[in-house]
Amino acid sequence: MLEKFMNMDRRIIFLLVALVVIIPTLIPVRLPITVSEPTQKLYDYIEQLPSGSNIMLAFDYGPSSLAEPEPMAKAVMQHCFSRGIKVIGMTLFPSTVTLADRLMKKIADENNAVYGQDYVFLGYRPGTLPVILGMGTNIANVFDKDYQDTPLSEIPMMADVKNYDQISLLLDLASSSTTEAWIIYANTKYDLQIAAGVTAVIIAQMYPYLQTGQLVGMMPGYLGAAEYEKLLNAPGDGTVGLNTASFAHLLIIILVILGNVAFFMQRRKEA
Amino acid sequence: MKRQVPLALCFLFGVAMIYTQFSPHQYSDAIYKEVIKWGLIISPFALVLAVVTLIQTHASRIRFRAEHWQYSFIVFIGMIAMVLAGVPFGEQNTVLVWLYDNVQVPMDATMFSLLAFFIASAAFRAFRARAFEATLLLITAMFVMLGNIPVGDLIWETLMSWTPWEDGASWLRQWILDVPNTAARRGIILGVSLGVISQSIRIILGIERSYLGGGD
Repeated sequence: MLEKFMNMDRRIIFLLVALVVIIPTLIPVRLPITVSEPTQKLYDYIEQLPSGSNIMLAFDYGPSSLAEPEPMAKAVMQHCFSRGIKVIGMTLFPSTVTLADRLMKKIADENNAVYGQDYVFLGYRPGTLPVILGMGTNIANVFDKDYQDTPLSEIPMMADVKNYDQISLLLDLASSSTTEAWIIYANTKYDLQIAAGVTAVIIAQMYPYLQTGQLVGMMPGYLGAAEYEKLLNAPGDGTVGLNTASFAHLLIIILVILGNVAFFMQRRKEA
Repeated sequence: MKRQVPLALCFLFGVAMIYTQFSPHQYSDAIYKEVIKWGLIISPFALVLAVVTLIQTHASRIRFRAEHWQYSFIVFIGMIAMVLAGVPFGEQNTVLVWLYDNVQVPMDATMFSLLAFFIASAAFRAFRARAFEATLLLITAMFVMLGNIPVGDLIWETLMSWTPWEDGASWLRQWILDVPNTAARRGIILGVSLGVISQSIRIILGIERSYLGGGD
């Protein structure tokens, strides 16, 4: 019996995972959320920026991991537009350009933001380090035109933005090590304030930078998106995603406990 | 000459870039800005190199009938389709966007989503408290997972109400990330940084030459 349980057909586990993902998505449950310190710090930082400030949003994730950073982008952009903060979008990932452009347009439309005045999307340029360093001296040297092929000089909100000196914060929405590149090259060299919204797998590696203040704040995965939505009092995709992730996490915890109970029972039986 | 010129260029640019980071002089600043511009020009060539390498790799897989060589044809079909749709008509043309929305994004998302199924299965089979280190890892992982979910605190309060912490699961997760995790990460960062510095010096001085090919 124990042997049978420990060698359970993995398709049963796959089925359980499918169920714990599908059911909470279809029947949303409102779970209590406690806002963590890194998310609170990011919210507070944006909250204290004066209206008319510029923040840069780097969409540094691929289509494979969009589920976590997209709700973060939505929440932060909603916050910025509601406070009159201008958003400059760009990406270091060639495969994200279309997604990021569409996402910015959608959120801007929902918040009555105007392209060129409240937000702009610069697109993609190859080469991570030259792009990060190049924008520090002159953004127009790297992105001479935006994604719509309009020269930066013709975009009203870019008239006063030359380099990082005019940008109050860079929020890197990342699924890989790009945040570290932004910290090393843009924060250290140009004093650009950096924050991150990262997928769950890279949360742990961001903590040294939070402690040193090189990251002003961070949204950790779905949890971060849901926490930010709670701070805005506007539950959205992050809250729904967190519900789904919660049940998936619980299933894994239960499976690990059951697996270990069976393991120890079998070991005792054998001894 | 084939080796001396790249070595000399590497030394020259390496030393010049170090100089620009430490000298606030206007000439130093001008050199830095100029090299960054060069970097921006050179970077797209890396993409060309990547495409050439991809073609070479998959052409050789087909030629030598390597395992699953048939899939290399799919690579070529996908690449040619995207290039034909994108290069002549621009990145916002309907066909390219359709292919992106209906092929690339769902396939990418599917591949990543499959991880959830395999992680659950692997956790059940392999995450066993066989030794002290494994037990430590297991317990830490369980508490971090519990702290990651909103119901974690409810479970903590139900099962471990005798502990002095309010929102115990969140508190413990935060402590694990703030203290042991940060200490370990910092050690890794310092080690990697020292390694990068020493390797950079070796490359600049021409001691490390493997990037030139040939392995010497």
